[in-house]
Amino acid sequence: MKNSNISQKAGFFILFLCMFITLFFLGVLLYFIISKGINAISWEFLTSAPSGGMTEGGVAPAIVGTIYLTFGAIVFSLPLGLACAIYLTEYTPDNLVTNILRISINNLAGVPSVVFGLFGLAVFVKYLGFGVSILSGSLTLGILILPGIISASREALTSIPQSFREASLALGATRWQTIRKIVLPASLPGILTGVILSIGRAAGETAPILFTAAVFYMKGYPNSVFSEAMALPYHIYGLMMEGTFPEKQSQIAYGCALILLLMVLLISAIAIYFRQRQRRIYNGK
Amino acid sequence: MKQKIKEEIYRCIFAVLAFSSLVFLVGITLTLLTQGLPLFREVSFMNFLAGTDWYPTYDPPDFGALPLIASSAFVTLGAMFVCVPLGIGSALYMNEIAGYRQKSFLKPLVEILAGIPSVIYGFFGMVAVAPLIQRIFNLPTGLTALTGSLVLGIMATPTVASLAEDALSFVPNSFREASLAVGANRWQTLVKVVMPSAGSGISTAVILGISRAIGETMTVLMVTGGSAVIPRSFFQPVRPMTSTIASEMGEAVFGQLHYNSLFALGLVLFFTTLFFNIIAEYISSRYRLKLGMGR
Repeated sequence: MKNSNISQKAGFFILFLCMFITLFFLGVLLYFIISKGINAISWEFLTSAPSGGMTEGGVAPAIVGTIYLTFGAIVFSLPLGLACAIYLTEYTPDNLVTNILRISINNLAGVPSVVFGLFGLAVFVKYLGFGVSILSGSLTLGILILPGIISASREALTSIPQSFREASLALGATRWQTIRKIVLPASLPGILTGVILSIGRAAGETAPILFTAAVFYMKGYPNSVFSEAMALPYHIYGLMMEGTFPEKQSQIAYGCALILLLMVLLISAIAIYFRQRQRRIYNGK
Repeated sequence: MKQKIKEEIYRCIFAVLAFSSLVFLVGITLTLLTQGLPLFREVSFMNFLAGTDWYPTYDPPDFGALPLIASSAFVTLGAMFVCVPLGIGSALYMNEIAGYRQKSFLKPLVEILAGIPSVIYGFFGMVAVAPLIQRIFNLPTGLTALTGSLVLGIMATPTVASLAEDALSFVPNSFREASLAVGANRWQTLVKVVMPSAGSGISTAVILGISRAIGETMTVLMVTGGSAVIPRSFFQPVRPMTSTIASEMGEAVFGQLHYNSLFALGLVLFFTTLFFNIIAEYISSRYRLKLGMGR
């Protein structure tokens, strides 16, 4: 009897230790980047372009580039992902076709990000001739976040009680009317959550834009979807790996890392807060 | 009548768009094949997979990918030693020990941490972990397989924890109650009842973690140093497949063998992760059936 109590205490302690170590590592990471990055950030850092051979100035073009790329990715993949989710939940029963689609979505989600980059390079940059551009990068990122958008939208759509649909259909509304007027409005918060999470994901991805959109330095700001762009995550990489003045550049890299980190953390915190609230409403907790 | 046609049109639009992910998956496969296979006109498949020299820019070039494949395996294996115990331990803690309040704080926190971009982990590895490793083990450089494994492991931990926690939450409470009712304490219940019944769900989480770690690019690109030799110890620089693709694509000329060889590496990477994902998929669908759930 006593033995089993001791082993329970020991076991629980080990599990607590695992949890603690996990959070500790991540706490160290956050502390490191925040404490060192905060010195680099100023109003000028956020609003001016790099100067002095990437050793001075700010990172405004990289911030702008990241916003363009992320926005483009969402514009491309939201309609596609939403349509796919609507088809899977509203139009088809579980059958072979939906099974194949489900498996292909899961597997697309597991494709390494650098392989998306290869695909984007071969298809958008070379074959379709978009060149290294915001368009190529956005499309590549869009395909990368597509599985996430589909899964989040499906979760949102399936959480709508079946009785909502039945009530609407019983009143004589068609299937499309039911979807547009009843199902979509009710599932909107859930879908938005998925979109916000995807924004965070797209903003931080580096490998897919390495060969499709990003440049380390450009003059001025991108002025069309066919221009190249600077991007925050690529800028961090560039400053660390391609720099000629590591000392001065790593300071800027700290600043970039902090901006990117705050952007992504804020975005995903908002999304996860909404999702928790949403789940609580539907689970009645 | 007009309404009916409209309905049918909408249905068709959705049906066509729904196939987009399948189209992209097939498209990625075809692209990798058409761009990667030309390599094997010049280099035999066996020489590519088993060759030990990777000198793509030499004259004549060598395209032996074994060092790169071995590096990927090495770093991933190392990362597993970090993220499997920590991830599963954290998941068990969140689901079995933490109270409702604590859990509703921990789980979102872990999910948020899982969303930190890999380039930030890479950066952290370069500026914080690498110098530490260099000093502790007295090495010529801190950018080693060990650094890569550690950083990759830390990075994958929240993902594994989150997935494993999902698997644990699928175990019906009646299982736990039955075990406690016959006099087992909470630890015995956890080890003898909860873990075995969530076993396949947890292994799915681990397999997905492995597949993510193999495909991870930026972290390993920044912290593993990048020398293309077959790794013999954790204290030397290595060059996994992903970082080879990312760092060499810039200098590879479109349509030449080097370019093709990087797509061939992508092909190896793609099929490896696909293999792991399909296994995970298979296990998880059986697991769900076992616990009496639908898909």
